[in-house]
Amino acid sequence: MDFTEEQIERYSRHIILPEVGGRGQAKLLKSRVFVLGAGGLGSPSLMYLAAAGVGTIGVADGDCVDLSNLQRQIIHNTDRVGKPKVLSAKETIEKLNPDIKVITHHGRLTVDNIREVIRDYDVVLDGSDNFPTRFLMNDAAFFEGKTLVSGSMFRFDGQVAVFKPQKGFPCYRCLYPEPPPKGLVPSCQEAGVLGALAGVIGVLQAVETVKELLGIGETLAGYLMIFDALKMTFRKVKVMKDPECALCGPDATIKELKAYEEQACEFKAATCES
Amino acid sequence: MAIKVRIPTPLRKLTNGSDEVFAEGRNIGEIINDLEKSFPGLKERICEGDGKLRRFVNIYLNDEDIRFKKNLETELKENDELSIIPAIAGGSI
Repeated sequence: MDFTEEQIERYSRHIILPEVGGRGQAKLLKSRVFVLGAGGLGSPSLMYLAAAGVGTIGVADGDCVDLSNLQRQIIHNTDRVGKPKVLSAKETIEKLNPDIKVITHHGRLTVDNIREVIRDYDVVLDGSDNFPTRFLMNDAAFFEGKTLVSGSMFRFDGQVAVFKPQKGFPCYRCLYPEPPPKGLVPSCQEAGVLGALAGVIGVLQAVETVKELLGIGETLAGYLMIFDALKMTFRKVKVMKDPECALCGPDATIKELKAYEEQACEFKAATCES
Repeated sequence: MAIKVRIPTPLRKLTNGSDEVFAEGRNIGEIINDLEKSFPGLKERICEGDGKLRRFVNIYLNDEDIRFKKNLETELKENDELSIIPAIAGGSI
């Protein structure tokens, strides 16, 4: 593809990197990435992916911007309180980089629609806030053969991993076979989270996504990165492919998407002005 | 033999805020029982009623998941370190 003068300038710091170059930048502009959640993790990942020139970005979120989101969800702002998060995210991305086509899904992803929604993307990012959605996303990514860049956080801890069972690497269920039963683990943000931690984890997801798209370096496929903000430590541990994985193992028992029950604290009345 | 065990944030309420504790045991099962003695309630957070590790909690021996070793029967040697790593879900809202 031919770059415009403006694109050459905009992406110059990428283009001069031998690992990216004009070819890599052109690849990014033709790439399609789906981000689940325009919240704490989605905000920084979406912004860096847009800045990097990832040509098509899909974003799904059923919520509207709330004042309590702004402590960490930096893609939104005070004027957008009450507006659907996906529209607020689209506005920020389009201002940041007019090259990007943004596809929005304002609503929940379910067993019935998730596979179709993620089908046309190259890489999918999980920035969701609950276990049922994480397992749904993992299973859908597996069935659709998509690389999944997963990030999660809790208080001062964060986890990042890349799952690509279609290439012989483990999936999320190889790491955690089943979600916790209702009520056992506080999975909602009522437990609190350090705002800037979302930046650390979301940006790591963006880094891994860009590497996956370009096919450079070594990603976290087969590893889990654990960040402890209080101790300021990163620990990388191995994730093994589980031969007994119910989803990607040789004797898999999960043949279609299944829905898990939501945890009580995740129910909230999302009222939107528009 | 005292083994260092890293405690994740959600369980630190049970360890009086400590992020690293020491426990005695020849294998991981013994370590968990020793942890339970010092910090009552910790075992049920990481193990099912039958004593098996819960399916959303992993224990790493150094940088390897014990499910792919001998699980709770994995033997320990000096300077080994354990980390308890539960699944966490937060991201958005």
